[in-house]
Amino acid sequence: MHVAEAPATREELCSALTAAGEAATPVRFRGGGTKLGWPPAAPPSTIELSTAGLTRIVEHNAGDLTAVLEAGVPLAEAQALFEKAGQRLALDPPDRGATIGGVVASGDTGPLRGRYGGPRDLVVGMRVALSDGTLAKSGGKVIKNVAGYDIAKLFGGSFGTLGAIVEVSVRLHPIAPHTATVLGEARDPDGLARGAAAIGQSPLEHHGIDVAWAGGQGRVLARFAGASPRPQAEAAERLMAAEGLGTEIVEDDEPLWDEQRAAQRGPLVVKVSSLPTRLPVLLRTADALGGSVAGRAALGLSWVRFEEPSAEAVERLRRDFITVVQDRPADLDVDPIGPIDPATRALMQRVKERFDPAGVCV
Amino acid sequence: MADGSLLERLKQIAGSEHVVTHERQLATYESDGLLQYAAKPLAVVLPGSAEEVVAVVRACHEAETPWVARGAGSGLSGGALPVEEGVLIALSRLRRILEVDVPNGRVLVEPGVTNIAVSQAVGPTHFFPPDPSSQIVCTIGGNVAENSGGAHCFKYGFTTNYVTGLEVVLPDGTEVTLGGPELDQPGYDLVGAFVGSEGTLGIATRIWLRVIPKPEAVRTLVAFFDSTVHAGEVVSKIVSEGIVPGAIEMMDNLSIRAAEGATNAGYPIDAGAALVVELDGSEAECETRFEHVKELCRDADSVRVAQDEAERELIWRARKAAFAAMGRIAPNYYVQDSVIPRTRLAEVLATIEELAAAHELQVANVFHAGDGNLHPLVCYDAAKPGEAERAEELAGLIVQACVDAGGSITGEHGVGVDKKRYMPSMFDEPDLATFQRLRCAFDPDGRANPGKVMPTPRLCGEVPGPYRRHPLEQAGVAERF
Repeated sequence: MHVAEAPATREELCSALTAAGEAATPVRFRGGGTKLGWPPAAPPSTIELSTAGLTRIVEHNAGDLTAVLEAGVPLAEAQALFEKAGQRLALDPPDRGATIGGVVASGDTGPLRGRYGGPRDLVVGMRVALSDGTLAKSGGKVIKNVAGYDIAKLFGGSFGTLGAIVEVSVRLHPIAPHTATVLGEARDPDGLARGAAAIGQSPLEHHGIDVAWAGGQGRVLARFAGASPRPQAEAAERLMAAEGLGTEIVEDDEPLWDEQRAAQRGPLVVKVSSLPTRLPVLLRTADALGGSVAGRAALGLSWVRFEEPSAEAVERLRRDFITVVQDRPADLDVDPIGPIDPATRALMQRVKERFDPAGVCV
Repeated sequence: MADGSLLERLKQIAGSEHVVTHERQLATYESDGLLQYAAKPLAVVLPGSAEEVVAVVRACHEAETPWVARGAGSGLSGGALPVEEGVLIALSRLRRILEVDVPNGRVLVEPGVTNIAVSQAVGPTHFFPPDPSSQIVCTIGGNVAENSGGAHCFKYGFTTNYVTGLEVVLPDGTEVTLGGPELDQPGYDLVGAFVGSEGTLGIATRIWLRVIPKPEAVRTLVAFFDSTVHAGEVVSKIVSEGIVPGAIEMMDNLSIRAAEGATNAGYPIDAGAALVVELDGSEAECETRFEHVKELCRDADSVRVAQDEAERELIWRARKAAFAAMGRIAPNYYVQDSVIPRTRLAEVLATIEELAAAHELQVANVFHAGDGNLHPLVCYDAAKPGEAERAEELAGLIVQACVDAGGSITGEHGVGVDKKRYMPSMFDEPDLATFQRLRCAFDPDGRANPGKVMPTPRLCGEVPGPYRRHPLEQAGVAERF
């Protein structure tokens, strides 16, 4: 893949994209370079167009809890700025080196998703560059806005195949002063799922319910945050204990959640979209295939990690679950995108043709 | 175009008793909640199932006839205004709740199910957070079309955050499934693109919704201040302290007077502003935060804390009645739905006051203070010559002032037909052309709810997008001026 010089402005990026469109040269956008292995391999003639020159934090409106960021801003850098005002963009995917543009384009999320949603819920406006030279915006920079079509949702998770994300407006949230995490240990999938569901179904206001599972045992992690998270954590502890889980409350809990994030990466990682009640089936399947699981139990999303990648493991999961393959060896023969219904796929193709008429965004 | 044969076909599909063509009956459907606009369609058809909706849309496609979908008709932007040469597809008969899966927090509904019915179906343990004021009558199909909000969306988000999947009939009659009960399905987020598209991309016939556990505690107070500026400062303090209220709503003096007259909720009619603050969540967390909010309201003229559910309902009754109560101030009103960054509140309210004085009209302000969504109600008397025009002009200037402050022309009511003329104040031509690409991918013939959202009619060409350089230009032979 050829690497083009990183454009310094969105107009320059748009020109580079337009030139590629006119020359019918395939283009792939690069942010922090942390997830380049996720989409299908690009044709050899592809140019890599980097957002590394688009690093302005255009606005941080602390009083309004909003910000405007160019796509190439490293998420960690933006968070450091927001933190000074006691705020954050509630996105915590694993990679420290990821850019905001890359996180949005890949739809990648971490444990905070359980409470705050993902990029689709936090991006309130977007500027995009298209392969025919169009620079356009949608949404705005207020958190409530229904004017015009929600182009930002379309581009979120699109991996740059419709065009380039050049700038996003986001909603921020205050950082809670205290957190506490309840751990619940279990040795059977049903017990673990019951423990997670007991909290997920309760009125307790959790900041995420995760599970970690490997080799026939695992634990539930339920986080609480706020002015006084302890009473909620204790209530959650009682709920899990009643389901037979061995429990413990941890107040210095950040390392626990770093582990959960890290478990979303590996030699082969299959993301599974399911429902909370199917968790035991997934855990048993993962056990049988030698995989480990990190999951957002209340969302029904899980990441199954394999130390020894195999296409058979992907196929086996795909028989019972909706999946996409994320981390994987370049030579593993799998379609990263699971099957899509033909009528839906045809509609997606029409969307692609309208937004990328040159057909170069790969 | 539509003729007798299309009507015959619609009758075959839905039964002749469900096809309305009589002038007087058509009148029922000529407007939605925004009565300033009215148009009689060729016919109204009320299909009784998803299959009938598909057949109706397909028949319209084959007859090259435009159509408009309608839910409860409670929308406030003219989004369900019929087109005169087209068919109105009323979805009120599709009101079955098809699946309730509380353990997974999912409900599958038909589009005609009312918003409140979803919460009722999963109560008392769970609820569906989007709560537009019209929730007793408005339908989920309409909520999906408009991406409806409500008083509690500052904390909980909007309809788009609670729709996980859709079965959609595209304008050519094709059925597609977008998303499903599971999150993050492979491919583009077409659910996200469809929600809020105001009926211009197709008709959702089945909708998967996410419901969540009901918070264990709710604490509500209303604080009265001498001015909206003062109340606005308190809102900013609450939010900057890291408190995220379930709802935080403000009313100005004119709204208080109207609402109190209608409800006798006990609001002092001389108050400059009323601020309703509602916290919800866990018992312990709620209590700590609520004490903090009371402390932040210490400079209020008076504070009333709801002691029980009945008192909470009374406090809310005044807020929710504000629109309907405007009849006490003036025979007619024109409601706006602009949004501003919350920190600009004082400045924008001052501008609205100046503009109102210059137009010799009264403007009442009711708003979702947390997210800066204003509902200025421009009061007028249509019987007085020129006053309606003055009101409309004033409303336009208010919208412009909000956009100038960095806001939006609409926070939850939608663009519809009413606000499409303001779209160019927020969006430039390339932005609008980009919106059109999405519309053309779903509806290349422009038959779904034509004339809405976009400020000027547009067609879908084969090659979308603006200008492309001519080969001679590329070669440097010619230039474009």
